[in-house]
Amino acid sequence: MSILINKSTRVICQGITGKAGAFHTKNCIEYGTNVVGGVTPGKAGEKVEGVPVFDTVAEAVEQTDANATMIYVPGAFTADAILEALDAGIKVIVAITEGVPVLDMVGVYEKVRASDAVLIGPNCPGLITPGECKIGIMPGYIHQPGKVGVISRSGTLTYEAVWQTSNLGLGQSTCVGIGGDPIVGTSFIDLLGRFQEDDQTEAILMMGEIGGNAEEQAAEFVKANVTKPVAAFIAGRTAPPGKRMGHAGAIISGGKGTATEKVAALEAAGITVAESPADMGTAVQRAMQAA
Amino acid sequence: MKIHEFQAKDLLRAAGVAVPRNIVAESAEDATKAFTELGGTLAVVKAQIHAGGRGKGTVKEHPQQHGVQLVKSADEARQVAQNLLGNSLVTIQTGPEGQTVRRVIVEEGCDIARELYLGIVVDRGAAAPVLMVSSEGGMEIEEVAAKTPEKIFKEAFDPEVGLRPYQARKLAVKLGLRGPSLRSAEKFMRGLCKAFVANDCSLAEINPLVVQGNGDLLALDAKMTFDDNALFRHPSLKELRDLAEEDPYEVRAGDAGLSYVKLEGNIGCLVNGAGLAMSTMDLIKLHGGEPANFLDVGGGANVDQVTEAFRILLDDKNVKAVLVNIFGGIMRCTTIASALVDAYKTVGFNVPLVVRLEGTEVEQGRKILAESDVDIVTAEDLTDAAKKVVASLS
Repeated sequence: MSILINKSTRVICQGITGKAGAFHTKNCIEYGTNVVGGVTPGKAGEKVEGVPVFDTVAEAVEQTDANATMIYVPGAFTADAILEALDAGIKVIVAITEGVPVLDMVGVYEKVRASDAVLIGPNCPGLITPGECKIGIMPGYIHQPGKVGVISRSGTLTYEAVWQTSNLGLGQSTCVGIGGDPIVGTSFIDLLGRFQEDDQTEAILMMGEIGGNAEEQAAEFVKANVTKPVAAFIAGRTAPPGKRMGHAGAIISGGKGTATEKVAALEAAGITVAESPADMGTAVQRAMQAA
Repeated sequence: MKIHEFQAKDLLRAAGVAVPRNIVAESAEDATKAFTELGGTLAVVKAQIHAGGRGKGTVKEHPQQHGVQLVKSADEARQVAQNLLGNSLVTIQTGPEGQTVRRVIVEEGCDIARELYLGIVVDRGAAAPVLMVSSEGGMEIEEVAAKTPEKIFKEAFDPEVGLRPYQARKLAVKLGLRGPSLRSAEKFMRGLCKAFVANDCSLAEINPLVVQGNGDLLALDAKMTFDDNALFRHPSLKELRDLAEEDPYEVRAGDAGLSYVKLEGNIGCLVNGAGLAMSTMDLIKLHGGEPANFLDVGGGANVDQVTEAFRILLDDKNVKAVLVNIFGGIMRCTTIASALVDAYKTVGFNVPLVVRLEGTEVEQGRKILAESDVDIVTAEDLTDAAKKVVASLS
């Protein structure tokens, strides 16, 4: 089946008349995504890549029955764009934009979590169900329909992992880039649960990085709830400790957050951890063979 | 974005948070005057640099001089200011070179009964700003978290509402602040949370927060950093930036829209995407090399940005080889290949260059490199790239 999106997903693009919005709308349509419209306030009646532009998300949903959106508006307007999509009843909201003020996301996060909608991002490459639907900025051709569910905090590192699993012939069920910001709509755990339930997904590959404790929580979740083979990679083993990037988040979680601690937590949960970023594909293959 | 202690205290004072009176001085003469102006009995002279650990840090040119010192006379204030100003203060956060002290503050002394810790960060898990307090004032919070996590108390708050009065009282009582201190703590904590939100901070830290003899709270030190993504709505905060405190290469990289962190090794890296950039550093280390930097050219870098990236990399005299690792997404491999050829010609390379390209328009990109007269070692995959760049050093 895949998770979250498939060939029947009807997608709109918020910020469709902007440079990034128009460019990626074109690429998504070329990949086969069913893009049914776009939104740019004040530009209703125009067309971009053959799809109609609306002034509001509410109108777009009314006219096109859209159930997913990809957001390319600038960071200053992203929180509003997410809330507008939520208000219009969109169920899968994908915020690609980077540069969103963190405090803007606090209220947005709370409202999204209280609803039945899913927010991916912000500051993420998006998600893709290979051969069916691409909502985001990833290069489509590196993907291949298949067995591995991919979850990552980073963009290009996800492409790397996807490419490796494609070359091994494993393919992917759905790949989700959850985003690198401190507050993102969807966590590793949310997606691990969905992949566990998904028939098409036979194994899960997750890419984490230093900072915070999302990977440790994911490890605990896997131990308790996931029966499918899981492999992981943690970026930043050599990142210098003196630099306080992402450090504050780790303090609150009781000193967790280094790559070493994350790797230990993952391994303790029975997850196969790739030593090198070149071995992410083979790590998930090993996990599948061992299962 | 980081700011100085005196700037943070100005912002806090304006927000109604209790901070001591102080005067900024850029000369020993001004420091002497400031001492007299503050009452002329007791004051503290504090070096103003962005790095932490000033109190324990020492001046390179005067090893007996620390970055923070209590003074009891105008002459003493003059002497300390003289020792600090224009010289390099070496702290645990500055590296062995230290940071030049361009100004000091002279601050009135206070009657310290207790020292506490107070900090606000945006917590990923709670998806909200969290105020955390600890009885261990003066200690690094990381150390407290590692050794005695039970001494840290936290309350998350909604930025639109601020810290509720009861939340402040709850934390205050955990710290043993009762009687007149309870109300003072409530006002202090709520004011700090308000200032955190109003200025879109990513961190606000008061360490130590002192309880004075009369029970009132006072911010003895203050540190604030701002969310770069929100600076567009705070034009006045932008003016507080002190470029002299920042690494010149990181500033240059930032101006060009690149993300760069200098490291100690000798293999320069140019990568697109932060996760892949960190992984590339890991990979180099795994194969026995040492990365010279973290450099993320971002998703949509153009020729100018890539050229500037190479200039920054090659300006580091430690760099003995360069590894370019690009997985094209939005960024086309053709863009990076053309930029590479261009940069090679304009910047001038005298170290080996190993290039690994994959992703959007990779075939055309490889073709551009192959057909150029640029001396490049091409790599098939990640491992091949790391092995080749490490081998190129010997």
